[in-house]
Amino acid sequence: MEQIIFYILAATAVIATILAITEKHPVHAILFLVTSLFSMATIFYLLMAPLVAVFEVIIYAGAIMVLFLFVIMMLDLGHPEKGLSPHWKEWLPAVILSGVSIAALVVVIVSRHAAGAVPAAMPTIREVAVSLFREHGLAVELISLQLLFALVGALYLGRQQIDTKSLPPFQGEGRGGDGVDLSMRHGLETHPHPSPPPEGEGTINGKISP
Amino acid sequence: MTTSSVDIALFATKIGLIFFVILTLAAYLVFAERRILAWVQDRKGPNRVGPFGLLQPLADLIKLLTKEDFLPAAADKWLFYLAPAMAAIPAIMIFAVIPFGAPLNVAGHTVPLVVADLNIGLLFFLALSSIAVYGVAIGGWASNSKYALLGGIRGLAQLISYELSMGLSLVPIVMLARSFSLTDIVNAQAGVPFIVYQPLAFIIFLISITAECKRIPFDLPEAEGELVAGFHTEYSGMRFGLFFVGEYINIIVLGGLATTLFLGGWHGPLLPPVVWFSLKTLSFAFFFIWMRGTLPRLRYDQLMHLGWKVLTPLALLNILITAWWLMLRT
Repeated sequence: MEQIIFYILAATAVIATILAITEKHPVHAILFLVTSLFSMATIFYLLMAPLVAVFEVIIYAGAIMVLFLFVIMMLDLGHPEKGLSPHWKEWLPAVILSGVSIAALVVVIVSRHAAGAVPAAMPTIREVAVSLFREHGLAVELISLQLLFALVGALYLGRQQIDTKSLPPFQGEGRGGDGVDLSMRHGLETHPHPSPPPEGEGTINGKISP
Repeated sequence: MTTSSVDIALFATKIGLIFFVILTLAAYLVFAERRILAWVQDRKGPNRVGPFGLLQPLADLIKLLTKEDFLPAAADKWLFYLAPAMAAIPAIMIFAVIPFGAPLNVAGHTVPLVVADLNIGLLFFLALSSIAVYGVAIGGWASNSKYALLGGIRGLAQLISYELSMGLSLVPIVMLARSFSLTDIVNAQAGVPFIVYQPLAFIIFLISITAECKRIPFDLPEAEGELVAGFHTEYSGMRFGLFFVGEYINIIVLGGLATTLFLGGWHGPLLPPVVWFSLKTLSFAFFFIWMRGTLPRLRYDQLMHLGWKVLTPLALLNILITAWWLMLRT
């Protein structure tokens, strides 16, 4: 019974991941990836690791993918016709890196027996917490500091962009939220027109990349 | 062999009963909302179908089922069809971990009145409530309409923001109960409910679940005055019905969760446990309806300000204070 469920879930995960890569539309790709993550979480649950399963759903499917979806909807990036196939110079590094990791995976699988690799005991939440915050406490603190740096850096970049030139007609000084709302409406107004003015696209890309 | 088949039969009965009760309750909550709102606003409300209008939900159901199932021309067909289910299914699934009564003894078998007593019950709830965001967002996006898209984006932003304060407000509960299992949390409140120790966490949780239900001070995703009907503008017939019923299921489930986490769950004097649980849960539903009749809608910036600058820091502070208190006590 468990084996049948496992094979169904594994097939779902693999097919959904392949579709997530081949799908041109970003929103569809995100949903396929969420499906894949969800079936992977269920596989973790089958392997007696409920904590990993739940974290997979909370963090990856529930937070990161939702954020991706939010950005795609907000900036109106859902135009598959623009996603042309990239130049070989752009995809070559990705091919080399993924080749290295696939080679490593093959070596590991060939050199070890699969049965011995899975630990029999399921650690409780308390054991995980103790090992995380008592044994690896310093690492956790360092990672959280690093995330804080990244957050502050992102905020700094975002603020610079707003201060220089954005929404000149609306002096949204006192009510910050109005600016957000109006910028959203701006994004929408370009929606029905198939080809928005090239300046708008260029400035968005140009501002984010430096 | 016979014992296991009896167990399976009891289990199936339990699940069937839960589905029946929750779906019926959700339909009648719509009716109750209309009547109570009418009462608040000095109107009569729906009172023509059956005695006191009690058959109104049935009439609504027939109307929704026989309406044309409309698909906008430029909509994303499959996602448009899928979105209402994506909104309603996580809400029902959360109820699986909520214990709604003391364990029963049926013909020598102990039946725990909870579908799945997971040791990660609380995290299961957080995971499913973060998945429920997709229904709103995809529903708004797939309709390919301005109002629906704006509603979907607003819903997405609101649900992500308030999920954070909701999750953080539950950390002190786990610290007090020393477990993620909702059954253990209820058992830890046999004497004193956690609302006595954690009034601040309760208030933060209550505000956050109001935002998660998209109820009135926080109903920006479907603000009628600005966005027609928000993310479900383009839906008709039973698909709209599924969105609608999903919201009311969400109210029941989140009310039940607030009961379980702060008000002692099914514990209570004199009355049977299931009755206590239903009373507490329905009082939350009544509170939500009452708020709808009383409060105006927040502006978008006020919503974000409240979530990120008030509730989240307060929840973090509450965790710190609880930790200090627990450390000093031991």
